[in-house]
Amino acid sequence: MSDVAVIGASMTQFGEREEWILGLLAEAGMACLDDAGVESDRIDHLYVSNMASGEFEGQTGVPNALAHDLSAMPAYTQRVDQTSSSGGAGIYAAWQSVASGASEMTLLVGGEKMTHRTTGEATDVIASLTHPVEYKQGVTLPSFAGLAARLYLEEYGAPRESLAKVAVKNHANGVDNPHAQFRKEIDVETAMEAPMVADPLRLYDFCPITDGSAALLFCPEEVASEYTDEYAVVSGVAGATDTHVVHERTDPTTMGGVVESGRQAYEMAGIGPEDVDVAELHDMFTILEFLQMEALGFAPEGEAWKEMDRGTTAIDGERPINTSGGLKSKGHPLGASGVAQGYEIYKQVTGDAGDRQVDADVGVACNVGGFGNCVTTAIMEGRR
Amino acid sequence: MTMDAYRYDDGSITYPGHPIGPDGSEPVGTVDLSEYTAEVVTWTTSHATPPGVREPNHLAIVEFDVEGTAVRALCQLTTGDVETGDEVRPVECDELREPGAGIREPESQSWDGYRFEPIE
Repeated sequence: MSDVAVIGASMTQFGEREEWILGLLAEAGMACLDDAGVESDRIDHLYVSNMASGEFEGQTGVPNALAHDLSAMPAYTQRVDQTSSSGGAGIYAAWQSVASGASEMTLLVGGEKMTHRTTGEATDVIASLTHPVEYKQGVTLPSFAGLAARLYLEEYGAPRESLAKVAVKNHANGVDNPHAQFRKEIDVETAMEAPMVADPLRLYDFCPITDGSAALLFCPEEVASEYTDEYAVVSGVAGATDTHVVHERTDPTTMGGVVESGRQAYEMAGIGPEDVDVAELHDMFTILEFLQMEALGFAPEGEAWKEMDRGTTAIDGERPINTSGGLKSKGHPLGASGVAQGYEIYKQVTGDAGDRQVDADVGVACNVGGFGNCVTTAIMEGRR
Repeated sequence: MTMDAYRYDDGSITYPGHPIGPDGSEPVGTVDLSEYTAEVVTWTTSHATPPGVREPNHLAIVEFDVEGTAVRALCQLTTGDVETGDEVRPVECDELREPGAGIREPESQSWDGYRFEPIE
């Protein structure tokens, strides 16, 4: 089995874009090939991570359309849909295609076009992933976050301000990300006084609705040196599920899919959480940053908020989290988000993260679908 | 109207039911949870609701004690004036949200059920 390298990466501007899904995907795909210096006729496999282009804009068949737009025929194409973790699942699929020997050059492009829908409509498309007994209650993903946040705050005695501080940190990181949807700092007071969305969570506890795309290019490590002296190796990658019905979990504040995918990824890479220098976590809601920190072993159960208070997760801390600004500030175009997490980790471990650069050789990207229903965790290590 | 949970061979109970239970065995019967009261595990009030959903929407995860076996459900509440640990009881509701207003095909699932109200 080949060691799999990432030799190119790109992401479009995230935010409210005029382009529709096919244009967004082509923009990121072309930029990624340019970044790596690879011609499109070298692509053997082309994967598109996308949750709901059919539901959002009535456009299906996007992988084949992208292959044509990039002149990548006769490359094999496949859509990867794992709701919000489609991007991470795409990383797993791309890794499998190269590691197995089925492909010597795999392009992964993730994207979503959402902002032409109202907030209510977009929320309903996302909530359509829920079980019928959940959906008929009118539950939304933000509602699940409110339910879990209340439980966490009451169970562990964490102050409400601790969640606001996650938003403040990630907004500050986003200022230095030219692709981020929001490049504006906020303070704790603003976050604490924002309109209530899902009690006890307020507006700044949630990521925005976003258009955007991101891409990564994978090949065997022995091929990587043909193109570059600086690349990343996917040293660990795994996926796992938790109950689809959220209330059936014994403890809704424990993310079983993150625990299991993280455990397998660490084992594959031969490292532990103490070896991780930087992480991109799926902060679709501020509470998720705490829950993933604990599930990945970055903090004991119920104590992630203390680590943040100590400054551990700040960009100048011992283990920076969401240097990109996270989904919170960078934006969350569903199918693109996991790929964009991989983009940030690739940039960090290859020393190409610009103003956001931290001292990092090993990085983790954890991409969550549903409310932890399906998860992928990927570990990248820099080779320079 | 009922709120049927599945009981499995090992005594465990889930709501909703599944073709295979948590321990890998098939269902052996049902339990109507609407005959029980429940305790609020956690709750929220949603102020940004999708098409066809009341606003605000009071929601909770509640836990039933069915002869010593815990079973949980996500449900709507009749009020946002609740606390964790409160005891609640089911009240029949013909439409928990408006069928057809959202993205899901109206005929694909049921829309009636129960809202839960605090017991004074």
